[in-house]
Amino acid sequence: MTDAATVTSEVTDSPGKEPREEREPLLRISDLAIDYRTGRRRWTPAVRGAGLHVAPGEFVSLVGESGSGKTTLVQGALGLLPISARIRAGSIAYSGVDVTGWNDRRMALVRGNYVGFIPQDPNTSLNPVKRIGQQVIEAVRFNDPDAGDAARHREAALESLRTAGLKDAERVFQQYPHELSGGMKQRALIAIALAGKPKIIVADEPTSALDVTVQKVILDHLVGLREELGIGILLVTHDLGVALDRSDRILVMQDGEIVEEGPVGQVLESATNDYTRRLLDAAPARHIGRLEPTSGARPVPAAASAVLEARALTKTYHLRGRGRQRELRALDATGLVVRKGTTHAIVGESGAGKSTLASILAGFTSADSGTVHVGDRELTGLRRGQLREIRRDLQFVFQNPFTSLDPRFTVSKIIAEPLVAFGSVTGKRERTARVVELLKAVALDESYLHRLPSQLSGGQRQRVAIARALALRPEILVLDEAVSSLDVSVQAQILQLLVDLQAEFGLSYVFVTHDLGVVRLISDDVTVMKDGAVVETGPVEQVFRSPRHEYTRELLEAIPGARLAPAGAN
Amino acid sequence: MLRYVTLKVGRALFVVWAAFTLTFVLLFVLPVNPVDLLFDPAEINTIPPEVRKQVAENYGFDDPVIVQYLDRLGHALTGDFGNSVQSGRPVTAAILDVLPSTLVLASGALVLALLIAFVIALVATSTRHAWVRNLVEALPSGSVSVPVFLSGILILQIFSFRLSWFPAFGGEGARSLVLPLITLAIPVSGPIAQLLVRSFATEFHSGYVTTSWAKGATRGGIIIRDVFRNASLPAFTIAGITFGNLIAGSVITETVFARKGIGRMTQIAINTLDVPLVQGVVVLVAVSFALINLIVDLIYPLLDPRLRATLAISIPQAATGGLR
Repeated sequence: MTDAATVTSEVTDSPGKEPREEREPLLRISDLAIDYRTGRRRWTPAVRGAGLHVAPGEFVSLVGESGSGKTTLVQGALGLLPISARIRAGSIAYSGVDVTGWNDRRMALVRGNYVGFIPQDPNTSLNPVKRIGQQVIEAVRFNDPDAGDAARHREAALESLRTAGLKDAERVFQQYPHELSGGMKQRALIAIALAGKPKIIVADEPTSALDVTVQKVILDHLVGLREELGIGILLVTHDLGVALDRSDRILVMQDGEIVEEGPVGQVLESATNDYTRRLLDAAPARHIGRLEPTSGARPVPAAASAVLEARALTKTYHLRGRGRQRELRALDATGLVVRKGTTHAIVGESGAGKSTLASILAGFTSADSGTVHVGDRELTGLRRGQLREIRRDLQFVFQNPFTSLDPRFTVSKIIAEPLVAFGSVTGKRERTARVVELLKAVALDESYLHRLPSQLSGGQRQRVAIARALALRPEILVLDEAVSSLDVSVQAQILQLLVDLQAEFGLSYVFVTHDLGVVRLISDDVTVMKDGAVVETGPVEQVFRSPRHEYTRELLEAIPGARLAPAGAN
Repeated sequence: MLRYVTLKVGRALFVVWAAFTLTFVLLFVLPVNPVDLLFDPAEINTIPPEVRKQVAENYGFDDPVIVQYLDRLGHALTGDFGNSVQSGRPVTAAILDVLPSTLVLASGALVLALLIAFVIALVATSTRHAWVRNLVEALPSGSVSVPVFLSGILILQIFSFRLSWFPAFGGEGARSLVLPLITLAIPVSGPIAQLLVRSFATEFHSGYVTTSWAKGATRGGIIIRDVFRNASLPAFTIAGITFGNLIAGSVITETVFARKGIGRMTQIAINTLDVPLVQGVVVLVAVSFALINLIVDLIYPLLDPRLRATLAISIPQAATGGLR
């Protein structure tokens, strides 16, 4: 009990300690090294001597790709490291109080009270069986020095919900997490983080599970909170664009080390580190026009004929139960034309119906009405056997390369599977030759033939998935969010690969994505969807330069990384 | 909601009906001459044909099968399963006589098993020492691998014969219940504990637990306030299914401890080919099984608001939620 009391007085500001508080930043991490246990006596470093500090009222972003150790660093700062991790060296101090190595009980007094945390995925970060109000009240109660008084806690929780931007706080208070949208859940989590009246908020990828337009609102709100409450914010993100738009200072992390640090302007103009420059160059917003194939400029497909055409597709899902409100119109008279040798992007936020459209185009789902033509053959209404023939010409690449490859198949077996299934290449030697040829096409060599998917990186897996799709020499590839789960630098490589393959084989792409930034890099035409209907369609240049629909404009404005755009563009 | 309840009640009724029909087919239709089953096998040759004919008439064996079936079903619906061949008492009365002691044993064992399972799961989750966790997690598989008759005899040896803490036999008083309860609960607690340990561990590493840590909650608080409710949901399902095993397990336990109860009565009924009694017991077990599972199904929506939402009649939020 006395222990707890001293901790509280140490960490929370008492008048006697104000001079030190002014000198010391809210959070200072110095030379922190964190290892993960990978064997009996083996430790693998995840964070290697990283340091950072956040001053009051400052918005600091920590940028890094997956595996850079940014999340481990934040977990270390909050004392939330998994058991398999240990802090080998360095220190973590909040307002000059060194909390390194504090046990859970003492850290509990720092967390919530002094540092608030906004987690990555709002969909799993709220207790599903508790009302929102209850969860916010807990956050208030844990951090209230004089316990008791339930009415005051309730009032504080409601206030916190309102501060987090939930106008209808009373209603949300009574609701369960599953009754809220992703954006509202993230706001509830912000309310929880604010409920303890912290001095600093640490946000770990708070918007990567949200739609762009929602992301913009949430991030704007965080910036507002910093100004309104004078708190410090440490934002962890993989998205350089997001970081550049709002931060005062940026830190770039690679392989457990901070490789670049400085104010936004300085990083943008004169990044000293190679990796930072690579990240900057890889950001989609950096590029003005479409990517050019490495083999040279490609012929402009001016009046190419339609290779895939969808007309008036309608699809309604019947949700469980009866009643009219149980119907969900996923597609409403949606049409699409893909010209030969070009890329047609389908853009929209979650629930826009773009994945439904993609799977109807690929023949995985059947439409209620409407037609799909591949070349001059009609896809809709085909029997299974005939559909199979169409698959030679039309292949699909899935979103997640970590689940779309059989973990027990070798790379060579994965790529050869369509060849075997369609019997198009007979003989073992010919088949292996074709697989090697395909691997070369996606810039991998023969050494990958006998590897398992688990031995490949995310980018390599997606290359294998693309090679598999190309095995039957299709004319059309349907790519459903094919680069969304990849790091920016890997994403840039895959996009370049797709552009090169298109130039080489004259492929046509249907490119489904939620990311408008990527669209500009790869597409010739774009269709913007919302709530199952086409909002706007046309050549990319035209749609991006002068969007006709309000929603398109909203989406375009929400693309992070406006500051990344090279001078002269737009 | 109404639809859900109707569905679940309908399923429970179906289970009971199916059990009745199946036992009818097995016991009354398939034997070449069901009358034979009504007599003690040792005396069957000494029974005069007139008596057999008389009995067959009394039992309605001369009627077409479908009439017999409907007749028995009709009587069963009013709780009349005929008379026990051995004692001549009505089956229902004979069952009701021993039912309380088995019910006390079975439900007591279920509660004890759940208790053991929860303690194991809580200790495994809350301990900071890896060796404690490993030790505790090894208990469930150990408890499953010891057969009931062996553990029963072992427990009898130690606590009754050596230490004389509890009586070895009989069904009088609460003290006589202790050893059978433990014997019956231990093997049942194993699978439940295994399931709980796993689901506690999964939930303990879920996103909302991180949120709670960040709120400033302590380890104990998180386990009780957040993990417990989410992680115990699967235990209810398995507990409902286990109840059937408990009644089956009571056959051995009641024999070892010489207690009266459904288990022992079933054993005797089967040995003596007391067909009406066997049918009564089978239907009774089916009823209790269906009832327990019905209760579990009906409690579920109360514990999980997500399920409640999908059951509600008009739910615009859930409709959009399904989209994401």
